[in-house]
Amino acid sequence: MTLTRFVTKSAFRNKRRSILTVLSITFSLLLLTLMMTVWHTFYVDTISAESAHRLITRHRVSLTEAMPAFYREKIRPIPGVVAVAPNNWFGGIYKDSKPENMFAQFGTDPNEILKVFTDFKIPADQAQAWQRDRAGAIVDENLAKKHGWKVGDRVTLQGTIYPMNLELTIRGIYTAPIDTESLYYNQTYVEEAIPFAKGHAGMFAILADSSDDVPKIASAVDTMFHDSPEPTKTESEKAFQLGFINSIGNVKAFILSICFAVVFATLLVSATTMAMSIRERTREVAVLKTLGFTRQSILRLYLGEAVLVALIGGVFGCLLAIGLISGLAHAPGMSFFLSGMKVTLSTLALALFVAGMVGLLSAVFPAYHAAKLDIVEGLRYLG
Amino acid sequence: MAIPISYNIRNLKLRKGLTIMTALGIALTVTTAVFLMALLAGLDKAFMTSGDALNVLVMRKGSTAELSGGFDANLFPTLKTLPGIATDAQGQPLASGEWVVVVVLPRKDGTGEVNVSVRGLMPAGVALREKENNSHGQPGLKLAEGRWFTTGQREVVVGKSIHDRFAGANVGDTMDFAKGQWKVVGVFDDGGTAYDSEIWGDVNQIAVDFDRQGGYASVYLRATDPAAADALKHRVADDQRLKLEGTLETEYYEKQTSSGGAIKFIGTVVAIIMAIGSSFAAMNTMYAAVAYRSREIATLRIIGFSKSSILTSFVLEALMLSLLGAIVGIVLILPFNGMTTGIGNSLTFSETVFSLQLTWRVAITAVVFALVMGLLGGFAPAWQAARQDILTSLRA
Repeated sequence: MTLTRFVTKSAFRNKRRSILTVLSITFSLLLLTLMMTVWHTFYVDTISAESAHRLITRHRVSLTEAMPAFYREKIRPIPGVVAVAPNNWFGGIYKDSKPENMFAQFGTDPNEILKVFTDFKIPADQAQAWQRDRAGAIVDENLAKKHGWKVGDRVTLQGTIYPMNLELTIRGIYTAPIDTESLYYNQTYVEEAIPFAKGHAGMFAILADSSDDVPKIASAVDTMFHDSPEPTKTESEKAFQLGFINSIGNVKAFILSICFAVVFATLLVSATTMAMSIRERTREVAVLKTLGFTRQSILRLYLGEAVLVALIGGVFGCLLAIGLISGLAHAPGMSFFLSGMKVTLSTLALALFVAGMVGLLSAVFPAYHAAKLDIVEGLRYLG
Repeated sequence: MAIPISYNIRNLKLRKGLTIMTALGIALTVTTAVFLMALLAGLDKAFMTSGDALNVLVMRKGSTAELSGGFDANLFPTLKTLPGIATDAQGQPLASGEWVVVVVLPRKDGTGEVNVSVRGLMPAGVALREKENNSHGQPGLKLAEGRWFTTGQREVVVGKSIHDRFAGANVGDTMDFAKGQWKVVGVFDDGGTAYDSEIWGDVNQIAVDFDRQGGYASVYLRATDPAAADALKHRVADDQRLKLEGTLETEYYEKQTSSGGAIKFIGTVVAIIMAIGSSFAAMNTMYAAVAYRSREIATLRIIGFSKSSILTSFVLEALMLSLLGAIVGIVLILPFNGMTTGIGNSLTFSETVFSLQLTWRVAITAVVFALVMGLLGGFAPAWQAARQDILTSLRA
């Protein structure tokens, strides 16, 4: 019998206990992986290479203030700027105000927006059809699927900010690297219906020549409008989105504290199991020692056993997490924040590492006690 | 005959290490769940006690929030003269045309910038909100420090949460937003409601700074009594010329509780997953407890205790274990009770500050939650204990 086989055998000598421990660790690790993935999506991921080239300009005071529309032409000549398109929040109601019917609607310039969002894939004929129809719109593929829309369908949006309804015809369906849950329409439509909407822009989306130009463009834009009555704030697309996440509250502390609680709980569970199982085997340890096993090898045996059980739990937890995340990303109302969430290899590796460490730490005390056990005492032990 | 509970208590004490570790595991799960529930309770409190049932909020038809759009200021005199509006000491109707705008302010602790609501209101707007008691039976809005703003001056009064969380929000400081500086002349306290996260100033000054002259985003009307409030609400909506809509202020804030949706969803998922994990751990401990005591159980059976009393006894032991966990869990969260945090409000686009509220309801829910975990983990082992063969166990 090899040492590995001995460890495996003893890890599952009490099957029920080992299975319960594995299950308990599985669920803890599932949660840990979920939390780490959320963290990764919020703070580490850049959505795509194209996204790193983009900037968003908004009014310095807040997102709800509008900027003059002519800023667009002033931004355009800044070195490094490839394209600029306005993005105006319409905030309309589709059908009713239920959260599942909520999605973003932006008024823009159909001729330029696709040059900024170069990662939106749309058939050329659909893009042209949209550019030709002033009351046309393009929608995200996932959004179209959710509401069962096809090209040519009509969508009515009830205005909340503007006193008007938009009656749009879907001219195209685009695919984006991550679910954008958005609809884009021609801003001219709103401007013709509502005179006061003319000449204002809520945001500008800018495409930079390279990601190195992004900070330079940001400061160039903000400096240009610094002393004007409508100053701006320009930041990278990622920073802009992070601002939204931070608005939910202190998400970082929230995730960290949950992770901490989970890891500590797993440690307790694993330690309890190891303490129980090693205590049961006090006599066995004494026998092993009589057979000539050294302290170190006994220590290694038990540590290996604990790590094995914890790792099995970890693997199951990771697998469950992968399954659950694909489901969670499509839950109603969550897709805005969780879209594009993917379990990365590094997250999985980290989760398994944590599982292994928890197993190791949980066994240190009981294994140490077992290792320095007095043989005669151990043989006398009745259990 | 039932086995005395002291038997279980002694057993839990005998195996201290195991009891403490399992209870701590349950406690951590309870702590997490309590934390999330207390957050939601605090959020509910902030919104459910905001506003007053006698205040009617008038907005443009179709507007869902005070932030979206506005209407012509010429409609204000019509609204002001509607029947059923309370009057002040001078006989003037308590009606206020207002603007709500959003500005970005840096947090005191340097953790970034936050959107904050700035409300421009008429003196009557302060008068109709300032009172001894509000319709929720709680102390109403009052000035905590300094004085109210003066009409025509660039002066602001800040809510208590703003005063606590932002730099430069003390009486005498100046705040920098929109087109210049504003002098802070007072701090008001509305008992932790949504208003406490706002900055108030003169409506005309705010309108000029944000280029919104000639209109109002909302008009607040103070009704004489609940029946008048309801009548006012309908009268505003029924007048087709106005194209306006009235809501009770309380209804308006109830709708905003949905901002906690994301926390609620994530919280439930987290609590359930952690609870499943803890149930397995409790099950492990109880199985071990049964295994160690198989001879004892057989002896009890011989003395004459029935299968059902053994089952009850072990289930009770598991419940006691989880109850211990629940108590520890709740105690662990006590230091955080009352801690304040902010949440982005999807309707006002700005941050509303609320505090962690460890209410009795939260505590009781946590105890029930822990007991369910104990029951799930304890039933199968107890079942096994009750059904084990007496002779085999005695020989073991």
